Amino acid sequence: MTSTVTDLTARRADFPLLRREIDGKRIVYLDSANSSQKPESVIEAMADFARTSYAPINRSAYRLAAEATDAYEAARSKVARFVNAPADDEVVFTKNATESLNLVAKAWGGAHLRAGDVVVLTHMEHHANIVPWHQLAAERGIVLRWIPLTDHGELDLTDLDELLDGAKVFSFTAMSNVLGTITPVRLLVDAAHRAGALAVVDACQYVPHNPTDIQAWDADFVAFSSHKMCGPSGIGLLWGRACLLDETPPFLGGGNMISDVRLDGFTPAPVPAKFEAGTPPIIEAAGLGAAIDYLDGIGMVDLRRHEMELTEYALSTLQQRFGDDIRIHGPRNVEVRGGVISFEFRDIHPHDVSQVLDGDNVCVRAGHHCAKPLMRILGVAATVRASLYLYNDTADVDALADALDRAGDFFSI
Amino acid sequence: MPGLEDLYREIILDHYRTPRNRGELPTPPARLAVGHNPLCGDEVTVYVDVEDGTVRDVKVAGQGCSISQSSASMMTQAVIGKRVGEVQSVVRRFKAMLSIDERPGSPGDPATDGADGADDTGSVKGDGSELGELEALRGVVKFPVRIKCATLAWNTLVEALDAPRDPA
Ligand SMILES: Cc1ncc(COP(=O)(O)O)c(C=O)c1O
Repeated sequence: MTSTVTDLTARRADFPLLRREIDGKRIVYLDSANSSQKPESVIEAMADFARTSYAPINRSAYRLAAEATDAYEAARSKVARFVNAPADDEVVFTKNATESLNLVAKAWGGAHLRAGDVVVLTHMEHHANIVPWHQLAAERGIVLRWIPLTDHGELDLTDLDELLDGAKVFSFTAMSNVLGTITPVRLLVDAAHRAGALAVVDACQYVPHNPTDIQAWDADFVAFSSHKMCGPSGIGLLWGRACLLDETPPFLGGGNMISDVRLDGFTPAPVPAKFEAGTPPIIEAAGLGAAIDYLDGIGMVDLRRHEMELTEYALSTLQQRFGDDIRIHGPRNVEVRGGVISFEFRDIHPHDVSQVLDGDNVCVRAGHHCAKPLMRILGVAATVRASLYLYNDTADVDALADALDRAGDFFSI
Repeated sequence: MPGLEDLYREIILDHYRTPRNRGELPTPPARLAVGHNPLCGDEVTVYVDVEDGTVRDVKVAGQGCSISQSSASMMTQAVIGKRVGEVQSVVRRFKAMLSIDERPGSPGDPATDGADGADDTGSVKGDGSELGELEALRGVVKFPVRIKCATLAWNTLVEALDAPRDPA
């Protein structure tokens, strides 16, 4: 392998969990598309914050509370810089990306969409970018249209303009959590805007693995989550254009999100507090800030290069070793795919494959990956999914292949 | 970790490779229910034909892993020809073997409804007596995530028995 793949392998040591052994064997963690592991620096930052600086934010006059508030807002600035958002206040902290997408569909959509309005999605969306729109369809009769896929697992853009014609929203993934496909975000945003539709980007899988420039995308809303990018679970992100966030009513009501409450009503706080009802994930924000520092330390350009090389290695290794016994979904060209590799192996059920793999500490996800419509289109009930991140190396890929060999042996005859 | 052999007993692999009573039954007279395992996307349809309180025939369609498919296959053999009351008792004993608490109203037990006869008081935890071949699935207990696979067809059978005769 080329030097970059080996360069990042030292990073594995930054992740305490990956030093753990089960049954005397190393852990081969190939489920980062689901959720990533956390480096020591993130774990430490959270513990340290809790030990020395924790206090409720935005509520009290004592210095400790002011410090905690500053730390929380510092994390917001880091996120804004990390994705090149034009302003810190356009970054909203949520619980996870699912809540971010629900906020867009239910709060913005709830206020602006009427019966018969068209929302366009794609066939490769995660349930988080389908179900909220289904709910809105059931509630008020919006109409869903779908961008189909090509045989290679990319978006089929043949009828893009027709499908977007008259649409109010186009909500799509920047990178599929099943196929690994990276979509042409800027082109899709432009098409949405030509049609007069808002462009909502589910960047959950994209942001942790690629340099992200929200302004270059020209999108209107972008959702992503901390737990997939080395940060803690419990905190998600929504970026929205200031003018859109302003015209979006609050999603949840309660403390922190108001500027005034009277017996006869309330006045919401300005953005972003308007969308951060209740005590927010304060310790998690500190952890997310540390995760961004960690990723910045590596450099997203290098990280992406590492993953491209490793994905290439994985695709060719699996193909060479298993030939027709393996059916890998998604584009073959690593320029347009990330390190998410979904496959079927022989005719062994994914659940059984992953059971055998687990015996070798190879952690993969087997199932529908929260993308059942896509599964149906692929004609499968489930796939095995191995997903790569910065801490994976060629040894992990080889371990996957070796474990697949064992699964094949076990279920043969 | 318990060995794979604890889970994948030979008899299980045999039922997986050569499932018994696969297919469909005309509805009516048979009834059907569809079960999903939300974890892995597996889907089974269980057809059951009951005449005069006796299960005349059961067929299973759909797809799933070796555990869910073999469990479904063994289930069909265990219940065809039995009275509905006996079937319910087999279901209870099977689930008890998998450490699933069958007391009415216990959490996480969707199949309790309607499965309780007057003789059914309390659980029969761990008791797998007279389950025959089904005992091969006992090893699933050591792999908790797979328990749902093993019980999928069973819960679906219970639903099918409760289903109206003519699913319009
Ligand atoms: C493409 C995509 N969208 C949305 C989500 C939901 O993210 P979260 O778990 O942060 O709610 C995921 C993660 O599972 C995902 O992969």
